[in-house]
Amino acid sequence: MTPSGSIGRRLTVLLACVAALLSVLSWSMVSSFARQAAERTQDNILAASATTIAEALRSEGDEIRLELPYAAFSMLGAISQDRVFYHVDVDGQTLTGYSDLAPDLETPAPGQISFGTVTYRQATLRMVSITRVVLAGADPVPVTVSVAQTRDGISAIATDLSRTAALLCVAFFVLAVVLSAFVARSSLNQLTTVAEAVARRGPSDLRPLRDRAPTELAPLIQSLNRFIDRLGTSLRRSEEFITEAAHRVRTPLATVRAQAEVALHSARGDEEKGRLRRMIRAIDESSRSAGQLLDHATVAFRADSLAHDAIDLAVIARTVTSALEPTAEMKDIAIELASETVIVRGDGVLLESALRNVVDNAIKYSSPDTTVRIGVSADGAQAQVRVVDEGPGLGAGPFDRFTERFHRGDNAEGVVGSGLGLTIANEVLVAHGGHIVLAQNEEGRGACVTLCLPLASGLA
Amino acid sequence: MREAEKIMRYLLVEDNLELAEAVVSRIALDGHAVDHAATLAEASDCLAAADYDLILLDVMLPDGDGRDFLASRRDVSETPVIVLTARSQVSDRVGALDQGADDYITKPFDFAELEARCRAVLRRRGGGAKNEINLGTAVFDPTNGTLRDGDLSVDLRNRELRLLEVFARRPGQILSKAQLMDRLFSYDEEVTENTIEVYVGRLRKKLALVGVRIETVRGLGYRIETA
Repeated sequence: MTPSGSIGRRLTVLLACVAALLSVLSWSMVSSFARQAAERTQDNILAASATTIAEALRSEGDEIRLELPYAAFSMLGAISQDRVFYHVDVDGQTLTGYSDLAPDLETPAPGQISFGTVTYRQATLRMVSITRVVLAGADPVPVTVSVAQTRDGISAIATDLSRTAALLCVAFFVLAVVLSAFVARSSLNQLTTVAEAVARRGPSDLRPLRDRAPTELAPLIQSLNRFIDRLGTSLRRSEEFITEAAHRVRTPLATVRAQAEVALHSARGDEEKGRLRRMIRAIDESSRSAGQLLDHATVAFRADSLAHDAIDLAVIARTVTSALEPTAEMKDIAIELASETVIVRGDGVLLESALRNVVDNAIKYSSPDTTVRIGVSADGAQAQVRVVDEGPGLGAGPFDRFTERFHRGDNAEGVVGSGLGLTIANEVLVAHGGHIVLAQNEEGRGACVTLCLPLASGLA
Repeated sequence: MREAEKIMRYLLVEDNLELAEAVVSRIALDGHAVDHAATLAEASDCLAAADYDLILLDVMLPDGDGRDFLASRRDVSETPVIVLTARSQVSDRVGALDQGADDYITKPFDFAELEARCRAVLRRRGGGAKNEINLGTAVFDPTNGTLRDGDLSVDLRNRELRLLEVFARRPGQILSKAQLMDRLFSYDEEVTENTIEVYVGRLRKKLALVGVRIETVRGLGYRIETA
């Protein structure tokens, strides 16, 4: 399965994009608020300054006089070091200040304040004009006081605030990304939990998933359970089929064989006996083949999803020895078992069937009154089960072909077999990460079959 | 001597009548008594009526699974059980043993192997004493493969004891080499009459220790003498 992207990454990126958008948005809002606040403050101070100047206008006789109050300018210096310009206009005549300061700006009505932005001497100024009516003698004369200030300092303050806001937003963004990743991971943990629950299961554990899972995963778990159910049904069916097939094939064969053996017993002529013997041999061949084919299918199925139980090879060897002792005894063959506790990880049923096939072979090919020796030992990181017989041996090498399907040795003539015994054993070992070593017995005649398996780590 | 010989009683639970008939006749040949039950119900009746030394139990029976029967029997009876199964799955075999079978044998089976497994199970369960055969002053225990005469005990190899069992169950009867070969060797072993002579020779040496003779009847075969 090739992964089509990662939900976790997608979720993180999505959340990060949202965080980025929010960060930029909040940054621009904060910046514009800061600018507006700075500008409003400047406007208010300019207005206060102009008002202070206007309040200082006095009339002495016909003349209007003005003593510029210090406070009017010092308050402007309070917010920034911007340059200040002013102009007091008495009925079109400049009383004091810069006479060319924004001449075309509309003078407000008496008692009113007007704000404006003008360009003066290559600088942008914020200007406030206030008009007051002052009595010069008996005549009311409108006096307009204009105060202007450059905006560099205000801009600097706004930029400063905006930069601070930007820094905060970046920090917020980074935090949001980290949190997104955390949130994505912890939400997806539930998925991992389910996956682990499935992965932890043994190959034959087909119970439905019962673990508590979030609602969003319910459809997934439901379909997984339905799948497990279908899988279980189909496995049960094929197991039943194998069982049924074996039963159907072997029961009549058993009857024929039993009857043939009874007939062999009462037969008198050599020719008749020979025929019956050939018949029994054929029955044994077919039943053995059927059995091993079914075993082969079972092994292939179980090896696909191998169990990882701790298995003591000594116990396996003892079980196999006691199971095959009666068979060996029939030919007065002794089975000698020398074993120590050797733990490997795997499927006990498969390992037992592998060893059984090998020992069964050894007994089959051994001559009467001999010994089959089984040794279980650990060598470094490797577990070994060695089966040595005193039979005719394996003939000339190479020995690899013995583990090939349906191959039988040159010495196999006269012995019933299907050629699958060592193949099954080999498949079991390969599934367990091991292998079979076939060799001639070093001490004289016979074969030596060694099953090599990796030792269970940390348990040896 | 017949009276002194004790008889082993087997129960065969098998629904395939032809197979059952062949097994019964073969076990009878070994001198054991066999009752046959075709269903689990019949088997229960038999077990209620008599004591058996060994049960041979098929797993697939018309009125149930032999293994369930086995599991339910385990609590009430100590009688050893050998399961006959047509299944070949390894897990199935293990299952039968888990449920308390002493051994199993897969169909189709060699009678000699069935006999060997019965013998092994009986020996393991210590059911041999009942099977002893008197040979003159000596006592032959075919289950354990021993021949005792007072303090003297002779161990017999498997083939020797099987050969002696054939003779001991037919005292005074002449047995041909061909008859002996059939009982002693599997059909696929290459044996000649000479092989039989070798085994008879070995057995003779051991029997001489307890005063039992195997007489050669020229042209016909052998006969056991327990004078």
